[in-house]
Amino acid sequence: MKKLIAGLLAGVAMAGMAAANDSVLSLQSNPNGWVLQTGDYANTRYSRLSQINRENVGQLQVAWTFSTGVLRGHEGGPLVVGDTMFIHTPFPNKVYALDLNNEGKILWKYEPRQDPEVIPVMCCDTVNRGPAYADGKIFLHQADTTVVALDAKSGRVVWSAVNGDPSKGETNTATVLPVKDKIIVGISGGEFGVQGHVTAYDINTGERLWRAYSTGPDEQTLMDPERTTHLGRPVGKDSGTATWEGDQWKIGGGTTWGWYSYDPITNLFYYGTGNPSTWNPAQRPGDNRWSMTIFARDADTGVAKWVYQMTPHDEWDYDGVNEMILVDQEIDGQMRHLLVHFDRNGLAYTMDRVSGELLLADKYDRAVNWTTGVDMDPNSPTYGRPAVVEAFSTRAGGEDVNTTGICPAALGTKDQQPAAFSPRTGLFYVPTNHVCMDYEPFRVSYTAGQPYVGATLSMYPAPNSHGGMGNFIAWDATKGEFAWIIPEEFSVWSGALATAGDVVFYGTLEGFLKAVDAETGEKLYQFKTPSGIIGNVMTYSHRGKQYVAVYSGVGGWAGIGLAAGLVNPNDGLGAVGGYASLSDYTALGGQLTVFTLPN
Amino acid sequence: MPPTKLAATALAVLLAITPAFASNSDTVAFSQEDGKHFTVDGTPTFYVAEDGTVDWYTFSGFRRYHSECHVCHGPDGMGSTYAPPLKDAVMALDYWEFIGVVAAGIQNVDASHENVMPSFGLNKNVMCYVDDIWIYLRARGAGAIDRGRPAKRADRPESFAEHERACMGG
Repeated sequence: MKKLIAGLLAGVAMAGMAAANDSVLSLQSNPNGWVLQTGDYANTRYSRLSQINRENVGQLQVAWTFSTGVLRGHEGGPLVVGDTMFIHTPFPNKVYALDLNNEGKILWKYEPRQDPEVIPVMCCDTVNRGPAYADGKIFLHQADTTVVALDAKSGRVVWSAVNGDPSKGETNTATVLPVKDKIIVGISGGEFGVQGHVTAYDINTGERLWRAYSTGPDEQTLMDPERTTHLGRPVGKDSGTATWEGDQWKIGGGTTWGWYSYDPITNLFYYGTGNPSTWNPAQRPGDNRWSMTIFARDADTGVAKWVYQMTPHDEWDYDGVNEMILVDQEIDGQMRHLLVHFDRNGLAYTMDRVSGELLLADKYDRAVNWTTGVDMDPNSPTYGRPAVVEAFSTRAGGEDVNTTGICPAALGTKDQQPAAFSPRTGLFYVPTNHVCMDYEPFRVSYTAGQPYVGATLSMYPAPNSHGGMGNFIAWDATKGEFAWIIPEEFSVWSGALATAGDVVFYGTLEGFLKAVDAETGEKLYQFKTPSGIIGNVMTYSHRGKQYVAVYSGVGGWAGIGLAAGLVNPNDGLGAVGGYASLSDYTALGGQLTVFTLPN
Repeated sequence: MPPTKLAATALAVLLAITPAFASNSDTVAFSQEDGKHFTVDGTPTFYVAEDGTVDWYTFSGFRRYHSECHVCHGPDGMGSTYAPPLKDAVMALDYWEFIGVVAAGIQNVDASHENVMPSFGLNKNVMCYVDDIWIYLRARGAGAIDRGRPAKRADRPESFAEHERACMGG
């Protein structure tokens, strides 16, 4: 099995040479570097480096550090291409090129001028999940939605394009996906009534090539009523407006701020769409297609091949934007081309990434209670739909009614913090939240460029559990089962890294970098960095030595909800203040920490 | 009253008043008009009955705060990693300063600051309920209510519903 997967991975790389971006493909197959934020097109966040392994990781020590000079939440992580490391910051979105041959000396620095008015339009802190490298250029999608191509040697701007309008609430937090001769980018602003879209730009000139909206008529969504399928059936004409009332789809959300993966064999790229707006479901009757949807689109044309709406008519803000991890694994004795997705709604989906067939949908936190599960019977009229528990339906509760005890909370069992996959264990390593909520929707009016929320939320640690707000889990996506669970005091808001040394790394909100045994979850190493970690761990090798690197810099959604700690309003007065405050552990500060083994 | 007018009025008043206007520590309800309470100088304030029942405006402010403000300022007015705790801020501002900041926003950007708050002057979801948010945050700041959703609240006064219809619809 292990051998088979390794062979398949190699096969992917070779078969794709002509199809995908050649520079990205050859660089992602070289474990010494880290060319995309996601590690590879498949979003596995797996490295074949094994110098640091479970026998020696306990001796890890800090090799060098670098202050980014920016406060606020540091998501994403460094890239390494050859002898250069590229690091980035939240707003104002600086990029530094550091010389690994010269103790991290700054080769160049890019700092865009952006209107500070963008800052408050960004829903939840001014995070940015980093640039990508292709064809000798660094591609960055800034907060103000400017997409820039920087010469990787000099930092000079080669081209720039404007992807959205911040005055309407369109901003960006995501990385970009370089595929062939295109750069594919998304958009943020679901809390501002933005109509979500993905857009392709020419990799050499920045010319806009196509745009595909999440909602709207077929010419906007780039869907073919006959050929685009939802769970094997044609979607039909104008499916992006048919389940909306009136013109609500125009401010319907479905933003696209998560991660993008790409399969060179099928030439499809995969991503998920965010919540329908507003958060008050009574103001948008219907399924609200195609918010909360996994999309498979053709990388050349943008046309959708298949879709799957996970949470029709969202009532809880369970954005579907989390990463789609592409792996080949055996299910029931048969090798399958899989897409594995850990959704905010608390369900882990295993799908056939070629056909869009739903294979498994299971809760990856036992606290999840809003649904009893997904209808897996292809002959059922509710095939693929989650069965909603009436008591936790904010729509059934209605406007001005506080629905209590819903698990997970709006931030999801997992948010964007990406999971990792090790082909050696066949397991997924998933950073999760363990938080529940009360949710009270009410009527709001829409003003362009203003928040358009319409619900009051109270969040608190999952009741009747370990009292913490997070777990780090290992998951078998072929069976829909846990391998192990590590309880954490705070939500785990850091992207994981799995390596051929059978070590899994992740960061915590208190600021610890942790290393655990990939098979057992046993803790092997931890180090407290200067600030809470919401960045993603990466690894690279330079002059024969393996390094592990991560950003510190607490913030983001986690920094908002947890800075002062969370309380359970249902626990009564005695418990107020009883839960841990993140502010007792860490403060703002952007820093890169690089680890290695002693000489 | 349309919110733009409200904001403009607020700003005009803000500019007219002198800084040493009044002590802002007084949160005691002195008078009451259809469920809305005021201090001795006529500033809107909260009222918490002995059994813990909060007035409608405090409750309404709790809801609106957690819809419009908490994505930056954190739950229960407690602040986030980058935005200040408003439960404390309102104790250092007077009512008109608060209205002025909400309506006009804040821009404090230099090498070491990135404090930017948008202007909500045109946002009905905020401006139609700005008194409610003030009242709620003052109740938090004065320690009159704890974190979380108030367990018991007074009924919605008819004059509130009238104001809501006129303000949100206008």
